[in-house]
Amino acid sequence: MNDLPDGIHDMGGMGGMGPVEPEPDEPVFHEPWEGRVYALRRLLVPWGLGGNWGSFRFAQERVPAVDYLRFSYYERWFTALVDVLRANGVVSETELTRGVADPEAPVPARRERPPRAPLGFGLLDFDVPARFRVGDTVRGRTVPPPGHSRLPRYTQGKCGRVVRDNGVYALQDTDRRGQQLGDFPQHVYTVRFTSRELWGARGAERDTVYVELWEDYLERA
Amino acid sequence: MAGSEHKGVGRRKFIKETAAGAAGMAGGAGAAGAAESAQERHEHDHDHQVVPDDIALRVRALESILVEKEMIDPAALDAVVDAYENRIGPRNGAQVVARAWTDPEYKARLLADGTAAIGEFGFLGAQGEHMVVVENTPEVHNLVVCTLCSCYPWPTLGLPPVWYKSAPYRARAVIEPRAVLREFGVELPDDVEVRVWDSTAEIRYLVLPEQPAGTEGLSEEALAELVSRDSMIGVARVAAPPESAA
Repeated sequence: MNDLPDGIHDMGGMGGMGPVEPEPDEPVFHEPWEGRVYALRRLLVPWGLGGNWGSFRFAQERVPAVDYLRFSYYERWFTALVDVLRANGVVSETELTRGVADPEAPVPARRERPPRAPLGFGLLDFDVPARFRVGDTVRGRTVPPPGHSRLPRYTQGKCGRVVRDNGVYALQDTDRRGQQLGDFPQHVYTVRFTSRELWGARGAERDTVYVELWEDYLERA
Repeated sequence: MAGSEHKGVGRRKFIKETAAGAAGMAGGAGAAGAAESAQERHEHDHDHQVVPDDIALRVRALESILVEKEMIDPAALDAVVDAYENRIGPRNGAQVVARAWTDPEYKARLLADGTAAIGEFGFLGAQGEHMVVVENTPEVHNLVVCTLCSCYPWPTLGLPPVWYKSAPYRARAVIEPRAVLREFGVELPDDVEVRVWDSTAEIRYLVLPEQPAGTEGLSEEALAELVSRDSMIGVARVAAPPESAA
């Protein structure tokens, strides 16, 4: 099972992916089922089943690498959605195969927030001290723990400068089973990395990459 | 609750009905058998490795199960799809850009506090809660990506195009943005700084493109018509209208 943060989804800087292929006059949804998958996921938020971005993203990240690359975007969403619903006991494989609800299966209680993450998503009005200030040089931590993380591999061990403190947000990381760890409210910083620091000779002299990073992902450099 | 309505329906009746349901959904004789073998196949798979063959059928199955459990209202699903197909899209962002081009005070507010200024249009909500607007100038070109997944400002740009969510764009935008831009037809001189914004946390970015020369006299509405989705992601410039309408 993929449970490491730097899996196939962590794509920044990878080679071999080929050209970007824009589609002229692309529709919002290519097939009606894509729209249904998107809408189902949105409407399951009040049930505490879709609102946890960490768990939902991790469910996508656990799709094996070969499938991750082969699946269309909404195939991945559907796979992840079913994964989350099955893990929470909302639907069974038998129900999915037969296409009908099992009347004996209990319906989950509606809850606005997933367990262990009552702060959810979004800017928090919390007075948490900031470890770093604008202008500080910081380094992306190496080897993040198993589970979902928002620390891209290409920033790990690289130095950048804090250019903005975005305020306090709940950490969205999960454990290796996809359960959100808790809230751990902390500052999220926008860190400016030079292209040369990230990519060496392949970088461009003037270019920069700006990444938003939770405080736990950073150390003083 | 769905559970109480179905009280008294036994397990055996459920299985009998569900077999009929699956047959009806697949629309033909032999479909029940196909469903059985599909189930068998899935049982042999491990968790998280279910290849979504017949995906339209499986999505329909999931929808009807959740409707039956009274967790989802099908009309609400229709409304979400309709909103993103018909109302929430890049025309919203284009209005923001056109206002910034015509109203310097609005532009100053937009660059100082994107969320508040975009909120003046009401274009906030899911994935647009915390907006930062970055301005393209002759010296700086901004480009937005989400290398880890598909983060994108839904209220101003709608849902992202396939290429934005694709492996090539996510992999390459941070390491060779100039090559990616070239493929989109944007050639940048070496003395322009390319700033790539990787949307890894909860900020969402909108690029304020440069106003094309010769369009200064156009109305806000006419300018909004010129602003493309791609220019607000940062992979295109805004082209002047074909005939000098100014």
